[in-house]
Amino acid sequence: MSDAKFLSLEKLTLSYGKNVAVPEMDLDIGKGELVALLGPSGCGKTTTMRAIAGLLTPSSGSIRLDGVDITRTPANKRPVGLVFQSYALFPHLNVYENVAFGLRLMGVKGNDLDTRVKQGLKTVGLEKFTTRKPAELSGGQQQRVSLARSMVMEPKVLLLDEPLSNLDARLRLEMRTELQRVQKESGVTMIFVTHDQVEALAMADRIIVMKDGLIEQIGTPEQIYNHPVSDFVADFVGFENVFALHNGMLKTGEHEIDLHGTVPAHTRGLAWRPGTITLGSGPYRGKVRGTSFAGGTREYLLDTPLGQIKAECDASLPVHPFGGEVAFDLNVKKAAPLARFGGL
Amino acid sequence: MTSRLFSPLVLLLVLAFLIGPFAIIIAASLSAGETLAFPPQGLSLRWVFKVFEIESFRQSFGISMFLAIGGTLMALILGVPASYALSRYKVPGAETIRTIVSSPIIVPGIIVGLALLRYFVVPFNTGILFALFVAHTALILPYAVRVVSASLTNLRSDIEEAAVLLGASRMGAFFRVVLPNIRGGILAAFILGFVTSFNQVPVSLFLSGPGVRTLPIDMLAYMEITYDPSVAALSALLAFMSLGIVFLAERFLGFSRYV
Ligand SMILES: Nc1ncnc2c1ncn2[C@@H]1O[C@H](COP(=O)(O)OP(=O)(O)OP(=O)(O)O)[C@@H](O)[C@H]1O
Ligand SMILES: [Mg+2]
Repeated sequence: MSDAKFLSLEKLTLSYGKNVAVPEMDLDIGKGELVALLGPSGCGKTTTMRAIAGLLTPSSGSIRLDGVDITRTPANKRPVGLVFQSYALFPHLNVYENVAFGLRLMGVKGNDLDTRVKQGLKTVGLEKFTTRKPAELSGGQQQRVSLARSMVMEPKVLLLDEPLSNLDARLRLEMRTELQRVQKESGVTMIFVTHDQVEALAMADRIIVMKDGLIEQIGTPEQIYNHPVSDFVADFVGFENVFALHNGMLKTGEHEIDLHGTVPAHTRGLAWRPGTITLGSGPYRGKVRGTSFAGGTREYLLDTPLGQIKAECDASLPVHPFGGEVAFDLNVKKAAPLARFGGL
Repeated sequence: MTSRLFSPLVLLLVLAFLIGPFAIIIAASLSAGETLAFPPQGLSLRWVFKVFEIESFRQSFGISMFLAIGGTLMALILGVPASYALSRYKVPGAETIRTIVSSPIIVPGIIVGLALLRYFVVPFNTGILFALFVAHTALILPYAVRVVSASLTNLRSDIEEAAVLLGASRMGAFFRVVLPNIRGGILAAFILGFVTSFNQVPVSLFLSGPGVRTLPIDMLAYMEITYDPSVAALSALLAFMSLGIVFLAERFLGFSRYV
């Protein structure tokens, strides 16, 4: 076993009855990595997490963790922790007892138990709340208890299913840093689910983008952000202008235009972020359909022979008036070449 | 304007209907006279004391207690796992099972009693006490399933998974996290079952036999022969017992949340 294959899924197929939610997934995760599982609703993120945790039996394939095949290991014997989206704290137990729950089952007692529980609560900054019941805590505090409860078990892998989605915007930012800190300090291998690309980009060492049960792309945040491999990923990480490419023609639906410039071989599509589209000069013309001021920049929505295009330029530049015609350029050098388009 | 006057009036009437009989019985039981009458003739506690001297009341009280406590416990032993299975697993025909389980609430007690007598007691020649026990268990079961199901529905099922991931077995998770969290519901079901069983008449009427009677049946029988205020006194005592139980339950459990 190498560290790069600390957790590996091999041809893992997960189904609900006859419906296959995740077909033949292959995935390797390294020791100590902080990985984000990113994808739209229903793409199989939770399903994958539950299978790794042992709450869902795979219909085929295998899961190996730290050199051991755990495919058939029951959930209560796996060194895997899971933080639920709903936190799933035990309502009848106070904070201390919630955190002590797993340790007690392991037979940890007395001073040892006390030290470990208090250490766990200290890690998440909740030493003062030991006697509170879950109902007497805020969402963020419940989240921390849930995290501490899993962390004290010293799992080899800690899974978090949408850990931040129930928190308000400010707490979410706070918990982001908190999760990162806890992960780096403890060195635990962590996989968290999210459908928020910003969250994934900000926190993860590596991002796995999923679509319809399949892995669309795996890469560092920089790779995913700058070099999406498909229209799906490009769309997901905010390239607002994503076009198919056919024999030197850019296409969206019915519309198409000639592309001026050469592209790398095997490129099936091109994607531009709004900021990389030059406005005011260039071979193409469009009509301004909408403008909006966004602080440092101004956003434009253009009607073009290629359909709608979203562009963005410095807010200090003169405004292109609504309804007026404007020249623009699609610079191939600034585009992200897509190796796959429309599932091909 | 009229409704402002009207609604307190209705409320008063309802209260009068609810509390009136209770007040009359208490008054009648404090009578010093020889026959059951309202208003009472004079005041005394003699009938209240008399109740404790009547041998058959003592016996049937014991039987009623046994049926109420034993039957409720049995109904819970059957009902809690049943409710759990119905709420947590995709049981085929769950709705049908639910309907069947709660049918004794819908079917009149007289019919249940008659059916049990005709198709259970007579053909299998079961003892009377056993038949009563089975009947009371069956009567309480629907209440147990309903009340316990309600508290299970309010309990998220992911806490069981959380317990399992922290090392508990499925069974362990049930006892460690499910049971403690539906404790209130179970106690509520117990009290409801106890009161239902204790006040049960129609079913017990068919199944009571020589020497084995529940308290309400015994009171009916007593009244057919003797028409003295001791029955009123006993009724008042029983009413206070029920009231006490419900009061304690509300006080310590917030009983009304579950029913
Ligand atoms: N218990 C279930 N029974 C049947 N199908 C299910 C079940 N749970 C999920 N699915 C299906 O499996 C697929 C993947 O679901 P999953 O819950 O893993 O999605 P997800 O990526 O976690 O989505 P979300 O972001 O909405 O949580 C979906 O098509 C879903 O309908
Ligand atoms: Mg999910």
